[in-house]
Amino acid sequence: MSAASSTLMLRRRVTNAVFTGFCVVVTGLALIALAAILWTLVSKGAGGFNLAVFTEATPAPHSRGGLANAIIGSVMMCTMGMTLAVVIGVLAGTWLAEYGQNSRYGSVVRFLNDVLLSAPSILVGLFVYEMLVAPFHTFSAFAGAVALALLAAPVITRTTEDVLALQPSLLRESGVGLGAPLALVIREILWRSARGGILTGALLAFARITGETAPLLFTALNNQFFELNPTKPMANLPVVIFQYALSPYDDWQRLAWVGALLIAITVLTVTIIARFVTREQNRS
Amino acid sequence: MSDASISHAPPPRRTAARGALLSTLFEGLCFSAATALLAALSGLLIALFIGGWPAIKKFGFGFITTVTWNPVTEVYGAAGPIVGTLITSGLALLMALPVAAGVAFFLTELCPAPLRRPIGTAVELLAGIPSIVYGMWGLFIFAPLFAKWIQRPLMAAAPPGTIWESLTLGIPNGSGILAASIILAIMILPFMAATLRDLLMTVPPAVRESAYGLGSTTSEVVMKVTLPYVRRGAIGAVMLGLGRALGETMAVTFIIGNSHDFPTSAFASGSTIASTIANEFTEATSDVHLAALIALGLVLFVITFAVLALARLLLGHQGDRA
Repeated sequence: MSAASSTLMLRRRVTNAVFTGFCVVVTGLALIALAAILWTLVSKGAGGFNLAVFTEATPAPHSRGGLANAIIGSVMMCTMGMTLAVVIGVLAGTWLAEYGQNSRYGSVVRFLNDVLLSAPSILVGLFVYEMLVAPFHTFSAFAGAVALALLAAPVITRTTEDVLALQPSLLRESGVGLGAPLALVIREILWRSARGGILTGALLAFARITGETAPLLFTALNNQFFELNPTKPMANLPVVIFQYALSPYDDWQRLAWVGALLIAITVLTVTIIARFVTREQNRS
Repeated sequence: MSDASISHAPPPRRTAARGALLSTLFEGLCFSAATALLAALSGLLIALFIGGWPAIKKFGFGFITTVTWNPVTEVYGAAGPIVGTLITSGLALLMALPVAAGVAFFLTELCPAPLRRPIGTAVELLAGIPSIVYGMWGLFIFAPLFAKWIQRPLMAAAPPGTIWESLTLGIPNGSGILAASIILAIMILPFMAATLRDLLMTVPPAVRESAYGLGSTTSEVVMKVTLPYVRRGAIGAVMLGLGRALGETMAVTFIIGNSHDFPTSAFASGSTIASTIANEFTEATSDVHLAALIALGLVLFVITFAVLALARLLLGHQGDRA
């Protein structure tokens, strides 16, 4: 082996060692940073867990209380938002996959849906504020739910379209060949066989909106008390966490960590269920 | 189960005419849903424009070049928040990109097989953690450490009268432009790493194997074969990460310091468009203040839209080729 080629070989080896080392080190660093965040969340949040968190309303500073009203508010708004989003998302996704396809209007809707999908959530909050809060002169849980729906619907639309597009055209043709109208084929055959994928999309959308704070700041606002009327401001976990975390009171900050842990657990559980559904789907 | 009740129900009468009518109805319903999405996005744009119009009319183009943001004198210039948004997102991208790429390369080329799934799954799950958690971690854990180990030593070490001194000017309390950028970087890291890994997984095994077969080292395979193979998609993924950073509210609001001044130092307090809106919107003192905040939102929409359109253009091409 000549001297030139052995220096070249050496240089390649060194480059490779540096590259490999860099990859290993940054992966280690990234995992440490992310583990540190999770560890903080668990250690700070788990300490504050007790029954009162689930049974009592948000307290004034230095008094006993929990997050019950915020938890109920979040559940209510997410449920309303998801109901709206699933209806709109599944229908719109179906239209894109089965009717719109490559039409001009279809491509426009598809593009705008992608834009909405990645639009900053705070802007969705501003929009809903102007539509549903300013004209009625009151913040409301309903406005919060609409804001969440606008964030979830594009995700569901996108996944519904993708799963339906994956269904073999043989399914459609055999349905139509039996004399069924296309609407019936879509509802009874295509939706049924795409069920798992649509469910995954809905779960991911749900995971996305549970932690959303910014759009709720100007729509649902917050409420220190129990409120079940959707036309009134309603407490919700993200906004309570935001306000309590920035407060100077120890007990409020502790509750903020408990709330953050609750949200993180919800999001992780839902994401894991979604992955599980996908895997089952792929197996069958 | 309801089988019994079904068998007792009258047999469905599906005549051709009724089927056709239902079909049309169903198609109409689906079409309306698709149109609702289109209406939502156009409505969003129009609402931002109308809401921000008083401010745009009053300040004109100067709105985005003026540095003063003063609710007392009713002068609103968005240069501070706009530059704050661009700087924090840019810095976050600079920091997160090499790390995210390293993680993605590690997962596709170097990771021992038994660890590949757990680490990959962990990264994906972390991408879903709400940003407010990152914000709280930044405020309570990261900021004190940052002040103690980075800010104070650097400020002490900076030679007086040089650019280093002006770059490290600020209050060493752990918040500021640089701290916010680091938290943003940590926040977009799992998302970018997961997307890049997914992209690298789409490289056909034969391509990678032939590169190894020719005697390439791991670094050569990655830098000269697999990464160029997914180049367009990778740029698109980076753009999507940037889009997230630009519009991020919660991870930033906690730690940027919330001052409207034009940021001149890495440790100075600053603001981003999203953090300004989040902080002031519900406490806006006048109609012009409100309009200025909404106009700020419009600026953010334009910036993110440009980034996303670019990302989509690049990702779209990748899809065509694959």
